[in-house]
Amino acid sequence: MQSSLGFFSRLWLAFILPWIVLFNGRTAARVQAARLGNATPSRDDSPASAPTETSLSAVKIIDAAPTVTAPDATTAMQLLAIMQREGRFIDFLQEDVGSFSDAQVGAAARVVHAGCKRALADYVTLEPVRREPEGAAIVLDRGFDAGRNRLTGNVVGEPPFKGKLTHHGWQIATIKLPTLASGHDPKVIAPAEVEL
Amino acid sequence: MSRFAIGIDLGTTNTALASAPIGDKNDTSKPEVMAVPQIVAAGETASRPLLPSFLYVPADGQFPAGSLRLPWGESPTLVGAFARSQGATTPARIVSSAKSWLSYAGADRNGAILPWQAPEEVAKLSPVDVSARYLEHLRAAWDAQHPEAPLAQQDVVLTVPASFDAVARELTAVAAQRAGLPTGVRLLEEPQAALYAWLADQGTDWRSQLAVGETILVCDIGGGTTDFSLIEVRETDGNLELHRVAVGDHILLGGDNMDLALAYTVRARLENEGVKLDDWQMRALTYACRAAKEIMLGGSDSDTQPLVIPGRGSKLIGGTITTELRRAELESVLLEGFFPIVDASARPVAPRRVGLTSLGLPYASDAAVTRHLAAFLGREGLPRNPTAILFNGGVTRSPVLRDRLHAVLASWAQAAGARAPKILSGVDPDLSVCRGAAYYARVVRDGGVRIRGGTAQAYYVGMERAELAVPGIAPKLDALCVAPFGMEEGTEVTLPMALGLIVGEPVSFRFFGSSTRGEDQVGAVVDPSELTELAPIEATFEDLNRAAGEAVEVRLHARLTEVGTLEMEAVGDKGRWKLSFDVRVQ
Repeated sequence: MQSSLGFFSRLWLAFILPWIVLFNGRTAARVQAARLGNATPSRDDSPASAPTETSLSAVKIIDAAPTVTAPDATTAMQLLAIMQREGRFIDFLQEDVGSFSDAQVGAAARVVHAGCKRALADYVTLEPVRREPEGAAIVLDRGFDAGRNRLTGNVVGEPPFKGKLTHHGWQIATIKLPTLASGHDPKVIAPAEVEL
Repeated sequence: MSRFAIGIDLGTTNTALASAPIGDKNDTSKPEVMAVPQIVAAGETASRPLLPSFLYVPADGQFPAGSLRLPWGESPTLVGAFARSQGATTPARIVSSAKSWLSYAGADRNGAILPWQAPEEVAKLSPVDVSARYLEHLRAAWDAQHPEAPLAQQDVVLTVPASFDAVARELTAVAAQRAGLPTGVRLLEEPQAALYAWLADQGTDWRSQLAVGETILVCDIGGGTTDFSLIEVRETDGNLELHRVAVGDHILLGGDNMDLALAYTVRARLENEGVKLDDWQMRALTYACRAAKEIMLGGSDSDTQPLVIPGRGSKLIGGTITTELRRAELESVLLEGFFPIVDASARPVAPRRVGLTSLGLPYASDAAVTRHLAAFLGREGLPRNPTAILFNGGVTRSPVLRDRLHAVLASWAQAAGARAPKILSGVDPDLSVCRGAAYYARVVRDGGVRIRGGTAQAYYVGMERAELAVPGIAPKLDALCVAPFGMEEGTEVTLPMALGLIVGEPVSFRFFGSSTRGEDQVGAVVDPSELTELAPIEATFEDLNRAAGEAVEVRLHARLTEVGTLEMEAVGDKGRWKLSFDVRVQ
């Protein structure tokens, strides 16, 4: 079980990461930093809490007039619908993976990976926060953007900080989700299918 | 006043539109592809560069009210991405390959026959209507994005396969009118459009890449059709000119056939292993085969690619069937089945004659693209060994398939003591046709190098031979050439012999075409068995000055219009009567 746990958490992180990033770059960076810093994946840290924290940055990009203070869950629901439609994302997460072999889970993961990747490519353009290769030496001067750069490790003293890039980060360059028809119920992320 | 040159690729599987500004001769910007808003799921609209050429006829109440509403309004039918995905699970309500129906003389192309073999309650449309719906969608999308420059007032070029005959071209022009495109919309052959896209990409540099006497083979293999053209580089008054000297036959063979062939091969193997697939799984398998094929032919040298057929219910992992596509299968099915290495003397295997011909589209009976190519280049009077190749169409994305086609052509050249053809590269095989068409629309307006082509076939009318009637035996039929191959736009020819027609009575001529008879001049008499019969042409001659039943002497005139359609008229002393194609099927 120990070995399959490693596989699943990697698998799980691989799918969940773009999802978190879509909603909040900061949370994404923090989850990432926590993961890298603690060496144990902080499984409780992310998907549930990510959207409930301010997802304003995502809303800002999607909606030209972010007048709401509470996050609008419509786009989150819409994205889940897209991931389900294209990549069976919800089916995959809702299924009990414990009863299947790695090979079976891996086969299904291909469906999820291919579909979600395609969906992501259709609606979201991702780019790294930093262009330097991972492992490169980085100098952060006084006044660096702490939202875009997360310090880990031996954080003592004053800037400039000299360190090593452990993860280049991700940010959304563009996001354009399908427009919804008025009256469309976004809560139905996959209608029931009835074959006649 | 037009401000844009617009190119529309009305494809068998995808439709796309590109535009470029006109009026500034120094503007060499490349045509841009329009993002087309379309329904991608019930209640969701998104923009994509390609509009899948699929039309779905929804049942009453199948989708929530308003969920198929486009930014510019509601439509009774659904086209594009959602139509395609919905049609995959509801085959009785989907129209695909409308363009192939448009060019099929065996079908009533103005009749409401699509979706083909759908139950009675499904509202049906004619192939012309379906094509018009795709164009209408593009027009509405353009108009919504450019309210100051409606499409109906722009310079629009619409592409057709080079192998489309005069009737299919005429019907495409009718669909364009029905969709509200401008009256002066021009038709351009797709292989020419691909070459225009290459010219646009090269700028003035093309002259250094092609010399006088060279011939370019445009090899266009799309999702549903394969289209060949030969274009020659000539010199007139010191200027290089491009002439389209031959077009191939209409071959219904493309990437979709290849995906299906792979899926059948894998299904047979699975059945041997005791795994049965239902229709839904078969479609999923076809889809998986396409993706695996693209990876394996895209330069990956892996020996196998996993194929995953997901379970249909909410249990994804439990219901999934896993198999793989093996390189040996891929090579035997695709390379040996569709692109075998053959001699230049190879010819497609003739269709088997079966007693009961099934209605439906006449798909190519020989799947070997290389044998069709050998037959094309082996025609009388054509340069057998082209010096350059331009690949177009989604299938030619694969470097493996391009290499195979190039190797086959190189082997033919070597056997003839000629040099292997060079490859003209740089065009996007999916979007070059609409881009090239927009570039051409600008060239027509602002000037630039043009490809001369004219009629892609020679056309003939059937005349009964005047000889002693023998009871029980139909009089022999001669075919008279009324429009030679390569007749240029705007020119008119007259059949030298006069015909007697009866006023007030409908007349009908049998009408034929040939893409292989390049030398026949107007009035040439040939045996119709060497020709392809097209839809008959007909008219009723009314003459106010004469009583019904009286005979009038007329001559047949044929004109290739600026639009690119063939116009036939009967001209007498007292007037001209337009003849039209009768596409009803008796």
